[in-house]
Amino acid sequence: MGIEQKAGNLGIVTTTLEDVVNWSRYNSMWPMLFGLACCAIEMMSTQASSYDLSRFGMELNRASPRQADLMFVAGRVTRKMAPVLRQLYDQMPAPKWVIAMGDCASCGGVFNNYAVVQGVDEIVPVDVYVAGCPPRPEALIHGVMALHEKVRHEKLAKWA
Amino acid sequence: MNDHIQRAVRVLSERFKAEKREFREQVTLVLTPETLNEAVRVLRDELNFNMMMDVTAVDYLGEEPRFNVVYQFYSLEKNARLSLRVPVESLNPHLKTIEDVFPGANWYEREVMDMFGIIFDGHSDPRRIIMPADWQGHPLRKDYPLGYEEVQFTFNFDEIDLRKPKGKE
Amino acid sequence: MTENRSTNFEELRHLLSDRAVSGETVVLNMGPQHPATHGVLRVLIELDGETLVNAIPDIGFLHTGVEKEIENKTYQKSEVLTDRLDYMNPIGNNLAYCLAVEKLVELDVPPRAQAIRVILAELTRLSSHLLWLGTTGLDLGAISPFLYTMREREALLDIFELCSGARMMTTYIRPGGVWRDVPGEFEGAVKNILATFPKRIDEYERLLTKNILFLDRTSKIGLITTEDCYHYGITGPVLRATGIKHDLRKAQPYSGYEQYDFDIPTETTGDVLGRYRVRVAEMRQSLRIVDQALKQMPGGPVNSSNRKFVPPPRSELGESMEALIHHFKLWTEGFPAPKGSVYVAVESPRGELGVFLEGDGGPKPYRCHYRTPSFANLQTLPLMVKGRFMADIVAIIASIDIVLGDCDR
Repeated sequence: MGIEQKAGNLGIVTTTLEDVVNWSRYNSMWPMLFGLACCAIEMMSTQASSYDLSRFGMELNRASPRQADLMFVAGRVTRKMAPVLRQLYDQMPAPKWVIAMGDCASCGGVFNNYAVVQGVDEIVPVDVYVAGCPPRPEALIHGVMALHEKVRHEKLAKWA
Repeated sequence: MNDHIQRAVRVLSERFKAEKREFREQVTLVLTPETLNEAVRVLRDELNFNMMMDVTAVDYLGEEPRFNVVYQFYSLEKNARLSLRVPVESLNPHLKTIEDVFPGANWYEREVMDMFGIIFDGHSDPRRIIMPADWQGHPLRKDYPLGYEEVQFTFNFDEIDLRKPKGKE
Repeated sequence: MTENRSTNFEELRHLLSDRAVSGETVVLNMGPQHPATHGVLRVLIELDGETLVNAIPDIGFLHTGVEKEIENKTYQKSEVLTDRLDYMNPIGNNLAYCLAVEKLVELDVPPRAQAIRVILAELTRLSSHLLWLGTTGLDLGAISPFLYTMREREALLDIFELCSGARMMTTYIRPGGVWRDVPGEFEGAVKNILATFPKRIDEYERLLTKNILFLDRTSKIGLITTEDCYHYGITGPVLRATGIKHDLRKAQPYSGYEQYDFDIPTETTGDVLGRYRVRVAEMRQSLRIVDQALKQMPGGPVNSSNRKFVPPPRSELGESMEALIHHFKLWTEGFPAPKGSVYVAVESPRGELGVFLEGDGGPKPYRCHYRTPSFANLQTLPLMVKGRFMADIVAIIASIDIVLGDCDR
């Protein structure tokens, strides 16, 4: 307390380590390009000028999983694609988060047959599910903000 | 346009004993597996049906012959469409490939091989195209199950949750 | 237990040259997740230094089993699945399916519904070409066209939302007509688009068409001859860029296209640049068609009055007993279709989209097969890349304009 009264104008802010680390993590998450099907088009719309995702720090979409920390699973995951998805998830370095975008990634969606995995949470652990077929860009942004809330409340014990 | 199709029907009926069926003004000719390759060659060379649009199959489970392989042809200059049907039996289904006549049949026949199990003799690349390489079974056959999984509603949420696989870290 | 693996090198040995097996050339995997393949496409590239010897596409990563799923649903309910096949052109898929169903059961469509179908199909073609232009520019390094075309697409998606409530997967076109009449703001919104778009297309042309970098990367790349197009069944802008004036909207018109006056743009070069020019010119022709359709749109009902196939409007349900019974029967049981098969083709932005539909007398389709243009067009990839550099494969894949949902179904 006292130090702030004396050093207030020197540009020093006191906070906790948790807050700072979480703030830097959620404000600059870099998504990995994992657009599979129709939801990928809405993801591209969200990235473009009208509903800009780069104001949330997601300006760059990294193609390589080694450089990304958020995976939007946008679209239906088929049985042939499932091992590839798991391998990409494993290649991402921690901390990493997964948003299941759309109905097909959340629960299989319109399709319920031999070829489509009923929900991507059978393969990777999911943090946020965004419903819609395809979800509107505003819905996707709402999902992103929900993820930000979740990351903001992450505890030191979890990642240290 | 219509006379061109009639001429094609006449030529193929005389030479290969094709049976004509007409439904909703679309003409289908039924051939036997042995005569297919030459008939397609005649269609391409003499009758000017220079594009092959589609190869697919239909499964009539319970009838013999079980499969019907359907071909769609299109003549660009004469603006005419013609389709061919070839019945194939269910035990050991074989058919000669038309890849030497239309190279575009390569992927279509691979898809029929993958989905129905009909083997095309002489095909240059007989492996699965759409299903994973080690998949068992032929999905579009009528005796292959749909693979419908029970939907997780609120009333059965917990019991399905126990047996649903979960992705781990 | 299968591990669902994709093809490995051993299984492809017969397609690769001896030099690959001996190790002289390198086989690289341009995997299912890649920023420049338009969706989940895997291409195995054989490289001799920087020169491509062969490129083998491996598809199936987006196979959704739509054809089997359609066999288990009634004719009306399976239309929902058809939107999601070629997701850049959902209205075109709906249109092809509805035309096939209408041909099978011999259902009439009133002229106002046909005009609305034409307008929406052309606007969808425009939005598909806009996205193609944006992603092609993005793949070749030009980022600005992507942002501009996505901005334009928002205006088009707003119109779809106005008519049907959904931006992309609308299921607005139903057998017998369309779902409901267009709202009052439709005409104003479409006129707005007709007024602003031509200048925007000029803007994209200013960015790319005479750009020396774009020309170097696209001219004489990815050549294909007309003979090869015939052998492989290639249609659409790829065929038109080789000089053949073939368009199903003129050759076998459907849904009233014969009333409208439009040109079929062609080029003679057969390369990536030719396909680019054809698609940009097609965008202008689409605007012409929409203009004429809007001016000539007749009044009248938007649905067939045949209550055996088309559900009655909700307002009648409270008053008429027959309407209630028809509604009940159609939505629980569906309508029966006769035994027999039809094949109907429409012109999608990628080529000929055909639906082979077979009925068996019951309410569910016995077999529904989609002849998709991306499946046919992608087969020619090995032909187009021989002898080119590795950087060109991106331009070539972008110019074929494949959509993997269309390819794998």
